[in-house]
Amino acid sequence: MGAVLSLFGATGRSVAGMMGGIGRFVAFAAIAVSHLFRPPWYGREFALQLIQIGWLSLPVVGLTALFTGGALALQIYAGSARFSAEFAVPSITAIGMVRELGPVLGGLMVAARVASSIAAEIGTMKVSEQIDALRTLATEPMKYLTLPRILAATLAMPVLVAVGDAIGILGGYAVGVSRLGFDGPTYLRNTVDFLEFWDVASGMVKGAVFGFLVALSGCYFGMHSGRGAQGVGEATKSAVVVASVLILSANYLLTEAFFSA
Amino acid sequence: MIRVSDLKKAFGRKVVLDGITFTLGKGESLVVIGGSGTGKSVLLKCLLGLETADQGKIEIAGQIRPKPHEMAAHVGMLFQGGALFDSLPVWQNVAFRLLRGPARLGKAQARELAVEKLARVGLGPEVSDLYPAELSGGMQKRVGLARAIAGNPPILFFDEPTAGLDPIMAAVINALIREIVTEMGATAITITHDMRTLRDVADRVAMLHEGRFYWQGSADEALSTDDAVMQQFTQGRTTGPIPTLR
Repeated sequence: MGAVLSLFGATGRSVAGMMGGIGRFVAFAAIAVSHLFRPPWYGREFALQLIQIGWLSLPVVGLTALFTGGALALQIYAGSARFSAEFAVPSITAIGMVRELGPVLGGLMVAARVASSIAAEIGTMKVSEQIDALRTLATEPMKYLTLPRILAATLAMPVLVAVGDAIGILGGYAVGVSRLGFDGPTYLRNTVDFLEFWDVASGMVKGAVFGFLVALSGCYFGMHSGRGAQGVGEATKSAVVVASVLILSANYLLTEAFFSA
Repeated sequence: MIRVSDLKKAFGRKVVLDGITFTLGKGESLVVIGGSGTGKSVLLKCLLGLETADQGKIEIAGQIRPKPHEMAAHVGMLFQGGALFDSLPVWQNVAFRLLRGPARLGKAQARELAVEKLARVGLGPEVSDLYPAELSGGMQKRVGLARAIAGNPPILFFDEPTAGLDPIMAAVINALIREIVTEMGATAITITHDMRTLRDVADRVAMLHEGRFYWQGSADEALSTDDAVMQQFTQGRTTGPIPTLR
């Protein structure tokens, strides 16, 4: 009986702890967003973060998309050949890239690159009293550190997704033409004819949401980092894990919202 | 200039500050000594509004319990590790506050002022474009000091200004602090374990022990008192009323 009670107790404490964590995370997000409507704004920090998060993530997002597009074309070809439906390879590759794989894999790669670096940078700033120093210099850290990163990631991710989509389709095209015997112009015509505006736009909206979640996670865990190298390491790990889980769960919810019958 | 009464702060069950009371007039320099973990830095953070006190009254430059952003015009702070912003060059660290906010200066003017403050702490203009990671510990402390005095605040706080420095560099920093505090007519609070800082910087000394200002007096009195707690601390004895395991 005692063991059962202690099991219930431990489960209850875990659930309560998790709910408290979710509450703090949501409150942190609300405070960060509220700074968008209150001056001062730090334009230089925002521009720097656009470069850091957007421009410098292009290589990793582009390479991920290129190989994913190629692999997707191969898989769809192998599957569709069973039903003599090989003609569908260009359109399904394109739709798969822009609706799902472009935003999700791009988001996960940016989570690995950006959430970790934000959490490590802000965590180190906290440990070395730089956050306290900001406050004593009349600068609100949420406004100076968090808002520019969240805003930059939210705006940069849709562009990254769009670029990733184009490169992914190009990867599918390259494999389709060079390995699967498709005619180049026909492949491109099939891709363009079957893609609809909302296919592309929905992926970009997902990108914006994922960008917001990635930067939010990095900032939250950085700001709540524990002491020392271990604390910063833990914050970095949590930022990437939570950002990745949030991306995958938000992706499901957004897909339900956008495409369920 | 600074009035503190019955200041209390606890973290969970651990009471760190247990009724701190003191007054510091304009131009006075108070050095707070005490063992590691006795709450000296917490005291400064409560005064700066970085930690919220559980109880007590804090009045700084006429403001009751000011928020950190309200303190910026009145207080300059030198952090223990310098707390310089890694992503900014030295001159932008020094001029950080001058480059932001409603009363911000132009870039050229702010840079000129930063170079002037760097010169005041003994650093040449060639340092201004370096990044903090390119500086030695002593140079980082000097840059931190230049940043603390950049806005000519009437109050200066120094948290362990000589921690991690060799004895010569520590003496240089102590001398700089004394000179700057005197020439600015600033009210200063310095947290330290360093007896040389106590001798060089203090008008008054307070010993923080068991959450309270256990002893207060002049620097000479601090070094010659018969009080057993003070003697053990100032002479660095391993035996006495202060437990060595804490």
